Amino acid sequence: MDGVHDLGGKPGFGKVDKTGEDEVFHERWEGAVFTMVGAGSVAGAWYHSDQFRHAVERIAPEAYLTHGYYGRWLGGLETLLVEAGIVSRDELEKKVAEMGGADTDLVAANPSDDPDPLGEKPAKPGARRSVKTQPLFSVGDRVRTSKDSVPGHTRLPAYARDKVGEVISCHGGWVYPDTAAHGRGEDPQHLFTVRFTSEALWNKAGFSVSLDLFEPYLALEESDV
Amino acid sequence: MSDAKPQALRAEALESLLIEKGLLTSELVDEVVHRYSERVGPMNGARLVARAWLEPEFKKSLLEDATAVVADYNFEGGEVQKLVVVENTPEIHNAVVCTLCSCYPWGVLGLPPKWYKDPAYRARIVSEPREVLTEMGVELDDDIEIRVWDSSAEVRYMVLPMPPQDIEGKSLKELETRVTRDSMIGVQRV
Repeated sequence: MDGVHDLGGKPGFGKVDKTGEDEVFHERWEGAVFTMVGAGSVAGAWYHSDQFRHAVERIAPEAYLTHGYYGRWLGGLETLLVEAGIVSRDELEKKVAEMGGADTDLVAANPSDDPDPLGEKPAKPGARRSVKTQPLFSVGDRVRTSKDSVPGHTRLPAYARDKVGEVISCHGGWVYPDTAAHGRGEDPQHLFTVRFTSEALWNKAGFSVSLDLFEPYLALEESDV
Repeated sequence: MSDAKPQALRAEALESLLIEKGLLTSELVDEVVHRYSERVGPMNGARLVARAWLEPEFKKSLLEDATAVVADYNFEGGEVQKLVVVENTPEIHNAVVCTLCSCYPWGVLGLPPKWYKDPAYRARIVSEPREVLTEMGVELDDDIEIRVWDSSAEVRYMVLPMPPQDIEGKSLKELETRVTRDSMIGVQRV
């Protein structure tokens, strides 16, 4: 999904601001959100972290850029709690009003009226899985990334689409976020680290960027020689 | 009207609802905040780095299979299913980012600093790393190759910074205190 979260290479953000860098949580509510995300997972509002990540990607874009990290998490959490029927929007609005909130406050959460299915509960914890097929690529292969923008969750950032890089390591099989995030199953895929030169990505010299990319994003690049 | 930020107020409202529903306790919030503030943090990564500086065999294992090395340490904080450690040398400088969200090796570095999660770092470090590093205090000669690692899946990355010039005669404990969080992200030198 080409959402506002897909920030790599986007212009206009200015210098890195290191204010407040030594505090883990700046205010109590940030720690509460962190804890509530754990509780939301325990309560079964989602099964895969990919589902939570996608919910964060779906929040109001203006909130994504202004509410901070735990504000984004709050938006994703509320989205999934409402979609799962654990909390209703009405009861939350009522509580917010009781506590002094205003109707005009920007709300990050963006629950769908027709949410994705929750999917099956994973049989194993974590995201490492075995894959029956052999990996399509080996270290040293040149691969081209998909040029397609996909509507849902994906781990191929826009800046690395339709680019040629070199496979530098193979990490075995992992839950495929593109399906797991939508409750469409784990569909494990081989994962590769692919290194792209700065020339290939940005047409300038001096550095490389490496990304961990799933097999379906990649195709072998035929050599011209 | 409250003076609190709207997101702070909404978080408190949601917390109160989840407590009413029996899905959360405020004691749990306090406990989690304490754990992540006190016991999970870059001190874990610093132990690995300092030891790698002193013990070549350990360094070799760390660079070859950091996941296995970290498993032996049993650090609190988890969330590292696969860890890759990348080494800074006089010719190569590494820096870590997650452009799509804010993936970070919690088990060895704790929770990420605010700037790591903010748009500016995520947007710029993959397209103009030399400029960003200079702004953050790491001046690199033009012939030093910069390698940026955009952690886009479940693999997590940590930088093994170059040892300090005055490493001679220093103990493991002394060296651990010299390793900074930012040096293990790759935006500072030791």
